[in-house]
Amino acid sequence: MGRPGPAKLALRDVLVRRQGRTVLEVPSLEVMDGEVLAVLGPNGAGKSTLLRVLALLERPSSGQVLWEGRPVTGDPLPYRRRMAVVFQEPLLLDMTVEANVRLGMSLRGLPRREQKQRARRWLERLGVGHLAHRSARHLSGGEAQRVSLARALALSPEVLLLDEPFAALDAPMQQEMVDELESLLRETATTAVLVTHDRAQALRLGDRVAVLMDGRLRQVGPPQTVFAQPADAEVARFLGVENVLPAEVVAVQGGLAQLQVGPRIVWAAAESLRGEGRAWACVRPEHIVLAPLGSGEEAGSARNRLPARVTRLAPVGPGPQVRVDLDCGFPLVAYVTATSAEQLGLRPGATVVASFKALSVHLIPR
Amino acid sequence: MDLVWEGIRGAFRLLVELDPEVLRVTALTLAVSGSATLVATAVGVVLGSFLALASFPGRRLALALVNTGMGLPPVAVGLLVAVLLWRSGPLGALGLIYTPAAMVIAQAVIALPIVTGFTAAAIGSLPPRLRLQVLALGASRWQALWLLLREARLPLLAAVMAGFGAAISEVGASLMVGGNIQGETRVLTTAIVLETSRGNFDLAIALSLLLLALVFAVNLLLTTVQQRRLS
Repeated sequence: MGRPGPAKLALRDVLVRRQGRTVLEVPSLEVMDGEVLAVLGPNGAGKSTLLRVLALLERPSSGQVLWEGRPVTGDPLPYRRRMAVVFQEPLLLDMTVEANVRLGMSLRGLPRREQKQRARRWLERLGVGHLAHRSARHLSGGEAQRVSLARALALSPEVLLLDEPFAALDAPMQQEMVDELESLLRETATTAVLVTHDRAQALRLGDRVAVLMDGRLRQVGPPQTVFAQPADAEVARFLGVENVLPAEVVAVQGGLAQLQVGPRIVWAAAESLRGEGRAWACVRPEHIVLAPLGSGEEAGSARNRLPARVTRLAPVGPGPQVRVDLDCGFPLVAYVTATSAEQLGLRPGATVVASFKALSVHLIPR
Repeated sequence: MDLVWEGIRGAFRLLVELDPEVLRVTALTLAVSGSATLVATAVGVVLGSFLALASFPGRRLALALVNTGMGLPPVAVGLLVAVLLWRSGPLGALGLIYTPAAMVIAQAVIALPIVTGFTAAAIGSLPPRLRLQVLALGASRWQALWLLLREARLPLLAAVMAGFGAAISEVGASLMVGGNIQGETRVLTTAIVLETSRGNFDLAIALSLLLLALVFAVNLLLTTVQQRRLS
C-alpha cells in the first residue's frame, strides 16, 4: 500500500513524440512511496515508453520526471542507480549467473563481499541458487528471468520497474512467477511500477491501476474501482466488460434509471445521472445469471430479467468458464460455468432468462 | 614447373638460413600492418559502435558508405594518400611520403571500413534492449559501451582479424606511398612484387610462404583467444 508523503516518482506534462507522432501524453502521474502501480493497456499503448521515461532511460520530448517532488535535471545516472528495471527478456550478459547478479551492484560501488552475499541470498530466494556458477547462456527462459529478477532485487532498489516481465514465459510458468512476485513485493515493500497487458495481473498485483490507451492515461484508481466503473467505453471494452450497450435514458427516479436499450427496458442504479440523455450501459458477463424460461425465478432482487435466446457457446480460456452469446433484443454476453451450461441444457437456439441486478449496470455518459 | 620447384627449394634454404634482409622485411611488415590495424581498430570500434547505437538522420546512408568502403580498391586509396602526402601536396610539409608512417596511414584507411562495418554489425546483432538494461543497472554511457563491446567480443575479434588481413595483404597502396625502398619501406608484399619482376622466384616464393605463415600465425592466435570463450 502507498505510504503518505510526496510521490516517490512522478511525471508532469510529459510528452513523447517520435517521427511526428505523439506516442505518449501524460499530464500527470504519481507513483506513491511503497505502492505497486500497475500500468495496464493493450499492445502499442505506449506502456513501455512510459516505463522508460519513469526509469530515466528515455528523455521525453517535453515535460519532467520528479523524484520525491523535485524535478530530475542534468545527469539521470545517480537516480538510475537507485532504481532497478526488469524487462520482458532476461537480457543477461555472457558470464556466470552470479557475475550477472553482481554486475549492477559492482556498477553501484558496493563492496565485493556484500555483492557476493546479496547475490547468493537473492538467487536462493528466487530458487536458482544452484545455478550460480553456470554460464548465463545455458539457462531456460524461466530460469533466466528468475536471475533477472534476482539481479534487480539484489540492488535493493527504491523503485522497481517491470516491463511485462512474464510475457515471454509459458502460462504455468507465468502463474508461478506472478505468485512469486506478489510475495516478493509484499516482503520487500518496494515501490514498484508493473507494466502489463494482462488484466488479471494488474488486478492482482496493483495497489492502483493506471489504464493507458493510445498513449494517454484514461483512468487511474484502485483496481476494484477501475474494473467496476470504467471511465469510458473503450476502457470498458479493454477491461473485459463485454457488454457495452448503447442506451437512452428514459427516466430517473429514486436512484434508479430506466434505460431504453434496443427494444427493451434495462434498469440501472443511477449514481449521478441527468433525467435524459444517452449513455453506455456496461455489464460484466460474470454478473449475468441464466435460468430456464418460466422456471419461476421471479422472486429475487435482480431488477433486470430478460428473455433471451442462446446464439453461441464457446469456452473461455483453460478454466471452467463458458461464454454464452445471447440475443434478448440486443446482443448480450454471459459467462457461466461449464457445469451450469450443461445443467441448463444451453445450446444454440435454447431460450433462457438472463438476469442481472441494477447495481451491476455501470453507466458511462455518451 | 621446374622453376617452381627450384623456387620452393630455394625458399626453404633462405628461411632456414635466416637471411637478415628477409628478417628485416618481415619485422617491418609486422610493425606497419600491426600499427595500421591498431589505428583502424581504435577508430573503427568507436565509429562502428556509434553507427550501431546512435540514431541520427542519414544513419542508413552512413552505414551504406561504410559497407561500400569495405570494397574500396586499395590502389585507389594508395593514390589518394600519396597525392595528399607528396611534397607538392597539401600535407607535403609533414614529410611522410615514402616512409613507413605513410604506409601505416594507407593501410589503416583500407582496414578502417572493414573494422567499422563489422563492429556495427556485431553491436547491431546484440539484443536491442541490452543497452537499456545495462544503463538501468547503473552503467554510465562509457561503461555501457564497454559492456556491450565485451558482450560482442567474438565478432569484434573477427573484425580485427579481417582488418589485419586486409592491411597485411595489401600491396598497391603500400607501393605507392612507400616506394618499396630497401631497408626503409620494403615489406613482404612489395618485396614479393619486386623479386618476381627480377626473376628471383626462389626469394619471391620464400617471401610468399613467410607471409602466409605470418597471417596464419596471427589468426591462429586470435582465433584461439576467440574460441576459448565458446566453452
